[in-house]
Amino acid sequence: MAWTRKILRVNLTDRTCASEPLNMEWAHDYLGQRGLATKYLASEIDPKVDPLSPDNKIIWATGPLTGTMASTGGRYSVVTKGPLTGAIACSNSGGYFGAELKFAGWDMVIIEGRASSPVYLSIENDKVELRDASHLWGKTVWETEGQIKSEHQDPQIRVSCIGRTGENGVLYAAIVNDLHRAAGRSGVGAVAGSKNLKAIAVRGTLGVGNIANPKEFMKVTFEKKKILKENAVTGQGLPTYGTQVLMNVINEIGAMPTRNHKDVQFEGARKISAEAMHEPRESDGKAQLVNNQACFGCTIACGRISKIDATHYTVVNSPKYWGASGGLEYEAAWALGCANGVDDLDALQYATMLCNEDGFDPISFGATIGAVMELYEMGVLTKEEIGIEAPFGSGKALTFLTEITARGEGFGKIIGLGSKRLCEKYGHPELSMSVKGQEFPAYDARAVQGMGLTYATSNRGACHLRSYTISSEVLGIPVKTDPLTTEGKPALVKAFQDATAVVDSTGLCVFTTFAWALSDIQPQLQAACEGDWSMEKLDLMGERIWNMERQFNNAAGFTRKDDDLPARLKTEAAKVGPAKGLVSGIDKMIPEYYDLRGWDTEGRPTAETVARLGL
Amino acid sequence: MQKSLHIDPLKCTSCLQCEMACSFENYGVFNNSLSRIKVFEFHHTGAKVPYTCTQCDEAWCMHACPVEAIKLDKTNGAKVVLEDVCVGCKVCTIACPFGTVNYVAETGKVQKCDLCGGDPACAEACPTGAITYVDANWTGLERMRQWADKLGNPSA
Repeated sequence: MAWTRKILRVNLTDRTCASEPLNMEWAHDYLGQRGLATKYLASEIDPKVDPLSPDNKIIWATGPLTGTMASTGGRYSVVTKGPLTGAIACSNSGGYFGAELKFAGWDMVIIEGRASSPVYLSIENDKVELRDASHLWGKTVWETEGQIKSEHQDPQIRVSCIGRTGENGVLYAAIVNDLHRAAGRSGVGAVAGSKNLKAIAVRGTLGVGNIANPKEFMKVTFEKKKILKENAVTGQGLPTYGTQVLMNVINEIGAMPTRNHKDVQFEGARKISAEAMHEPRESDGKAQLVNNQACFGCTIACGRISKIDATHYTVVNSPKYWGASGGLEYEAAWALGCANGVDDLDALQYATMLCNEDGFDPISFGATIGAVMELYEMGVLTKEEIGIEAPFGSGKALTFLTEITARGEGFGKIIGLGSKRLCEKYGHPELSMSVKGQEFPAYDARAVQGMGLTYATSNRGACHLRSYTISSEVLGIPVKTDPLTTEGKPALVKAFQDATAVVDSTGLCVFTTFAWALSDIQPQLQAACEGDWSMEKLDLMGERIWNMERQFNNAAGFTRKDDDLPARLKTEAAKVGPAKGLVSGIDKMIPEYYDLRGWDTEGRPTAETVARLGL
Repeated sequence: MQKSLHIDPLKCTSCLQCEMACSFENYGVFNNSLSRIKVFEFHHTGAKVPYTCTQCDEAWCMHACPVEAIKLDKTNGAKVVLEDVCVGCKVCTIACPFGTVNYVAETGKVQKCDLCGGDPACAEACPTGAITYVDANWTGLERMRQWADKLGNPSA
């Protein structure tokens, strides 16, 4: 069975908590996590709702394989209507919180309304209560987790919470669990903050015991773990170097968006790469990287644990940052580093720690700083307005701006709006490197054409995790395609989008797909869940989830014109590298993509598509 | 040959596969709170350390038990709790200097590692070799080999 078959519904306005049965018909059509929670959300809210109003809802959701021995089976998703984009938002996190929620006996928690004063939700198996969080308001993620554990006198509690940015309405505020794992993108933390919900604290001791075929499940998950171990990416690259293994690879192929996408290669990439994190530094002879860490059940263990150089200017007087902490991941290193031209590894580590400590998305934040620096160099923004001289490459500006954004001070309040609103405010909307209001991640759409289509059509705004065609276009997984051509990319993107929608609904991590095909996940689901889980069913489910999200966005007001890239990527050619002279061919790819999707020319699923998918 | 569980904390990633394997082997459920092996994370240093019973020869728990509910399994050296004899007095949990015998409120008995009858599920599940089940007389073999490697292959 694998589901607990129970949902916790919490109404913050009325301060009520109630258990209700999971809709098993929906579970069979949408699985869990991303798919199932989106089904609930889309059925319960008006897509036109103001994301930060009490009428929006926010859902914490596990998948059927969350809390099992399937490798990486510890994921949960936070699903809501996102304030950064106004589109469906679904952010996925690892760590240990998801499994704990499942162990407490809950598949999902649906939060409604708005509390009149700060609260947190305490869950101890079926003992559930809303507790006062006035004393936690204004506290960081790290302080909140510590204080809740101390108040409950239980170090084994797992906490998923917001920091000060979520309280302050930073539009890309995250929800953080286990100190440095985050449902990072699209501003899900701001939605929690708008509801006066500081945290969910869980202790679960019931476990997951209702696997349909336990013997088969243990056998097949063991076999699949072996595949992860023997694969070069999941068995060696990711555990040794983390996602940062990509820094030099992407830079070499000229796909590294640099200085707000003005350039496609960063001359300082090596200094902020995985390799640099392994090198001994001058001050104490130690490397920044301490070791790697897994999330719950994960046999890959890509997570980085790092120690900043205690003599670095950012922390020399702040011993609280000297210990081991979540280290640089590739997307963060890119956004805080390359997007701003900053090559100071310890400045980036400091900024990433502040993003964890106060819960905000380093991708959207770093990319917004890229726009600030460009506006500064153009003379549109001044030192007086920003509070510091902020040319490209200034680590001092980066760390200062990170601090004021974390605290919600001064110009930090403007940075918290994200690049789209910030650039509009200063009269240069064209400088926001975003789609649907959400900033790009770390792959240039001119040098990897499939990623351009990925960004333009992603249902949560620009994002690499909706169809990571880097696998195919750069790494050759499952087959190598040419990153410089648009040919075949609509089909490639569609296939990745549909498969990823399923993976994101299982409870497993999408990083397994460097080694696993969906056909490796299918037998694990089949052993865990009763009923038919054929490949045909899963393929159709992926497409169904994608189209459901699309319908939500269409109803929210998104149209063809929102499936587009900023003019810079369509008119300013890459200056160097293999893609020299190329722009994104997005306009060529969209019509073919719509056609493959079974959508009309305005990007709406046709009646036939809707019927075929049972929507 | 007698074997024993050998733990190398430097290899642990805190994935908790060992805890799940333990609870599944003993209770047929994935439930870390029922595991007899526990991984501790020390955030400030980044250390992750799996910890469980080392099966002392002169086991404090076994000697302290007033009803002889903890017995030696002669085939593998494990000290095993006899659930139908245990009265839940918890004296063993006080006697054990390492904290590896614990009371289970749901059953009213204590539980501890019993080496799964000689085939520990945690060691089989560990993906990194942080937990191994090796010749009890040679738990230092792998570390000796590493240092021997440094001595014999200095430039490698």
